[in-house]
Amino acid sequence: MIVDRKKLSFWERLYIPAILGGLRVTVKHFFSKKVTMQYPEERWTVPEGYRGAPYLVKDQEGRTKCVSCQLCEFVCPPKAIRITPPGPQGIPGVGNVEKGPSEFEINMLRCIFCGFCQEVCPEEAIFLMKDYSLTGLTRKAMIYDKEKLLALGGVHNDTINKWGRKAEEAKEQGMLP
Amino acid sequence: MTLEEFGINLFKVVCVFSLVMPMIAYSVMAERRISAFIQDRIGPNRVGWQGILQPLADGLKAILKEDFTPAYVRTAYFWLAPAITFIPAFMTMAVIPFGSTIGHQKAVIADLNVGVLYSFGIVSLGVYGIVLAGYASNSKYPFLGGIRSSAQMISYEIAMGMAVIPVFMLVGDLNLSKVIDFQRTHGWLIMYAPLSFFMFLISAFAETNRLPFDLPESETELVAGYNTEYSSMKFAMFFMGEYANMIAASAMMVTLFFGGWMLPWITEPASSIAAGFLHIGIFLGKMMFFMGVFIWVRWMLPRFRYDQLMDLGWRRFVPLALANVLVYAVALWARALMK
Repeated sequence: MIVDRKKLSFWERLYIPAILGGLRVTVKHFFSKKVTMQYPEERWTVPEGYRGAPYLVKDQEGRTKCVSCQLCEFVCPPKAIRITPPGPQGIPGVGNVEKGPSEFEINMLRCIFCGFCQEVCPEEAIFLMKDYSLTGLTRKAMIYDKEKLLALGGVHNDTINKWGRKAEEAKEQGMLP
Repeated sequence: MTLEEFGINLFKVVCVFSLVMPMIAYSVMAERRISAFIQDRIGPNRVGWQGILQPLADGLKAILKEDFTPAYVRTAYFWLAPAITFIPAFMTMAVIPFGSTIGHQKAVIADLNVGVLYSFGIVSLGVYGIVLAGYASNSKYPFLGGIRSSAQMISYEIAMGMAVIPVFMLVGDLNLSKVIDFQRTHGWLIMYAPLSFFMFLISAFAETNRLPFDLPESETELVAGYNTEYSSMKFAMFFMGEYANMIAASAMMVTLFFGGWMLPWITEPASSIAAGFLHIGIFLGKMMFFMGVFIWVRWMLPRFRYDQLMDLGWRRFVPLALANVLVYAVALWARALMK
């Protein structure tokens, strides 16, 4: 198909309508609202279900929920998680959490934010949160330890309250640690 | 020239240079901010209040970047080209009367009798830098850019030169201070020669390689044209040269058509030093307006095709300018006969 080129009128061939049109568009955009988001101060709203950095959580009574079952460590595809279980004695002074981890490290440089750890966790102790810009000056700084993960993870509102009930049970049996 | 005059002139040169350099820096800044606003963005606003120190950061970056010279370039010319682009842009400023008087001194570095011829001569030197850059880079895109720019600049120099002839026919002198004097008594020359101004403005866009005539660079076709192979401070010198050319062109337009340091109600040369500085301020204000036009037009119009550019230059502007000269010549002749 051949489309005939439109014949321009003399006024149009003077190029002036094009200039005026350009001026109109540029002036309009000059004064219009800007779309730039000024990043560190303004941030986008992270949608529900976003898979950000995995952190550990505590329950409402301040107990670490993790029981060092190491399922997340084994399921983690890039092997970013390393858990040191407390050993047979347990850690003194952790309430009656049976096996709270003595050390729990996530290497955020290795983590691929797949969410397998969250899925596999039987205790609902690890969650992928909404943090997406993790920065550090050294590789070491990017290996988050237990304290840091717990501090970042915060409290998870636990409806089952397993350890609370276990503590009550122990009290009834007169076996408080 | 006595030693005292030499000292005064040297001082003026230093003053103008140290005024133009920041102007270049802030033109770049203004360009970036205005471009951003036209494109619904915000632009650089982080360094200092509203990004006011951005030019310093840019300069520092340009200096600290690796100054890479590719192995295949013709080294001597490769090093020479940025300087040849950069220097003539500044030399044009020497004849521009940027104010009336300060104390007993005229606010112009060199009050040359051939003022405008000098500036046209110097401007035509600028093309060598670009051509040389294209040749020295020994690479196809810079080469094409260099060729394009030489043809373009030579064509439009002719149109530009012819466009302003009526101005000097009206004034009867080539000295730019005399042009200002004429406008002081007769009113701004834009009223006498609007067509000349129109052609001068468009030719200035072509001469400074600005859009819609930025074919030597045309990044969509030629990567970056003649400065493809350049990096670091050498690239920055091309960049500064381009902006210095824009400033020089703005200054020429203000001087030739818009009354230099005058406003309709300020026409007397300065009697006090404060008034002298005020006049310089007025001149700079007018210049900044034209810099704004340069920047704004960049986002208004798409780039011309090369044949359209040549067509406009040779087949429209040159005949039009010649006809313009003829009309003014006849008019002046008739006026002389009537007296």
